[in-house]
Amino acid sequence: MQPFKNINSRVVALPLNDIDTDQIIPARFLKVTDKVGLGANLFSDWRYFSDGSPKPEFILNKPESKGAAILFAGDNFGCGSSREHAPWALTDFGFRAVVATSFGDIFRNNSLKNGLLPIQVDPTTHTLMHELLDELPRAEWNIDLEAQTLTLPNGTSVHFAIDPFAKTCLIKGKDELGYLLSFASQTAAYEQTHHKQQVTA
Amino acid sequence: MSQPLTLFQKVWNEHLVTQQPGAPAVLYIDLHLIHEVTSPQAFTGLREKNLAVRRPDRTVATVDHAIPTLPSKDGSVAGRLAFADDLSRKQIAQLETNANQFGIRSYGPASSQNGIVHVVGPELGFTQPGMTIVCGDSHTSTHGAFGALAFGIGTSEVEHVLATQCLLQHQPKTCEVKVEGKLGTGVSAKDIILALIAKIGVGGGIGYVLEYSGSTIRALSMEERMTICNMSIEAGARAGMIAPDEVTYAYLTGKPFAPQGAEWDAAVARWETLPTDAGAVFDKTVTLDASALEPMITFGTNPGMGIPISGKIPTTSDFSESSQQAALEKALLYMGLKAGDPILGHPVDVVFIGSCTNSRISDLRLAASVMKNRQVAQGVRVLVVPGSQQIKRQAEAEGLDKIFKDAGAEWREAGCSMCIAMNGDQLTPGQYAVSTSNRNFEGRQGKGGRTFLASPLTAAAAAVTGQVTDVRTLLDE
Repeated sequence: MQPFKNINSRVVALPLNDIDTDQIIPARFLKVTDKVGLGANLFSDWRYFSDGSPKPEFILNKPESKGAAILFAGDNFGCGSSREHAPWALTDFGFRAVVATSFGDIFRNNSLKNGLLPIQVDPTTHTLMHELLDELPRAEWNIDLEAQTLTLPNGTSVHFAIDPFAKTCLIKGKDELGYLLSFASQTAAYEQTHHKQQVTA
Repeated sequence: MSQPLTLFQKVWNEHLVTQQPGAPAVLYIDLHLIHEVTSPQAFTGLREKNLAVRRPDRTVATVDHAIPTLPSKDGSVAGRLAFADDLSRKQIAQLETNANQFGIRSYGPASSQNGIVHVVGPELGFTQPGMTIVCGDSHTSTHGAFGALAFGIGTSEVEHVLATQCLLQHQPKTCEVKVEGKLGTGVSAKDIILALIAKIGVGGGIGYVLEYSGSTIRALSMEERMTICNMSIEAGARAGMIAPDEVTYAYLTGKPFAPQGAEWDAAVARWETLPTDAGAVFDKTVTLDASALEPMITFGTNPGMGIPISGKIPTTSDFSESSQQAALEKALLYMGLKAGDPILGHPVDVVFIGSCTNSRISDLRLAASVMKNRQVAQGVRVLVVPGSQQIKRQAEAEGLDKIFKDAGAEWREAGCSMCIAMNGDQLTPGQYAVSTSNRNFEGRQGKGGRTFLASPLTAAAAAVTGQVTDVRTLLDE
């Protein structure tokens, strides 16, 4: 995982509620055994006609979306299935942060493990942001993870919460596995002291 | 006396390996279920880091998402017809390779006990009360029906559990869902959970573990309880749980991997300590009156967009927020439905009876009870897909397959099939399906396909009438 750097980027607005992971990447693209190149299938059914040609009116196909690293969505972004292919597709496309009023639980966990920052904002702030996006659709927003601030083109700075452990992992570009592995002896001690029914014996 | 605890808190506390300041809890995982779709990259990660699977004896694999469900020409499971594509064949072969290489028990394509991971785990007795259970699949919440803490994880976390048997977790909040009252005729567990999600919304459970309680829940069979816990994730909940009781123990008795003999007695004694203590406090409580429910059906593109079957499709004036109004309009546009119309009588092209929500023997019995001595309506395609090979054999022993086939339905091999539409079983664009599965998202059952989620009874009623039908009009008095 790449260390998370500050972002200055235009914003892709997809301000719908309950965007599920089947929309982010439909199940037929989950037959892969690696993580590579899934960005091509991001929002596939909203993005392409059945012959594979891009739908020009869909936001990701507009020239101003090219290179954007911030996605702006509504409530409960990433609800539905546990597929980590969703953050893989989003990051492969170039997104590094998603701003929403809430996130699907598993999606949020998966995102943090892939250098994709879920930024949760309250509904009032979300509405202001939405209005600002209508007004200045091509302006850049700034995300400073260390300071936990999102700075809007009108100068407003919005503080966002993030679990301190996840923040450290993102900034260092470190996976949690190393941390978990460091508790091998505690895990062994736990296995000794807690009654465990055999599972597959 | 110590502080009263909820079922969730007891299971959580029992599995804490360590909790360091400023870091999430390290939670021990008792059972890790894996399948072909969300595990390959995790095994690649292990190989790259030269790591072993810490507890292959706590890991179980089965094939379900991409497995074909067409019966083989020679009658053998191993000789099934071709995979939907080469990628699926390779993905399933990869799971076999990974399981063999890392010493994991696997119910592969040739196994007579394979099936949907959330059906196989319980029916073989792997799933037990008080356990922590994870799987790279959001419907892992199913196993909470046994009083286990069970939830879906991503592929990175699959790798973490394979390597360490532990997961980093923040402690979720608790919500009690109290369901009281007697269910009416034709109303089932699926209707309870669809009504709950319609009430609290697809984001209503975010951050919570739901514990279902009340007289209605106590009166449900294990299979019905699984249907309810299965769809907890569709309300956004981390997990759903039901305290174990005599119904749970009766279900588990004699299951191949459940404790036996003296171990069984000791296990039951432990399990009996699990139910929520009197006076334990939940962060939130929701109530549902089961006696007021009628069969439920969804009209929209998420599982929260559900109505009683005799109800009308909502109009924008039913919602106060513009985002909700926009969501309704978008959903109705996709579904080709009109606000304010009744849903009864809407034509149906396909009926799918299956999935980890509703593919168990009792579900098939209910569907068969409606389809017996009736015919599938002209022009309707009906797929009945048992959740496991074991269920398939049981259904055949009871003659259910004959009822389905005589009615004109397709009787398939076990698998996820048209719930996720990865294996070739799918809707064509524009088709309407009544489905016993769990998700009506756009394109979920095939690109452009349109899904009405409902119970096995309601699905069977649609199969024989060719339209959305109140099953109560077909049931014997």
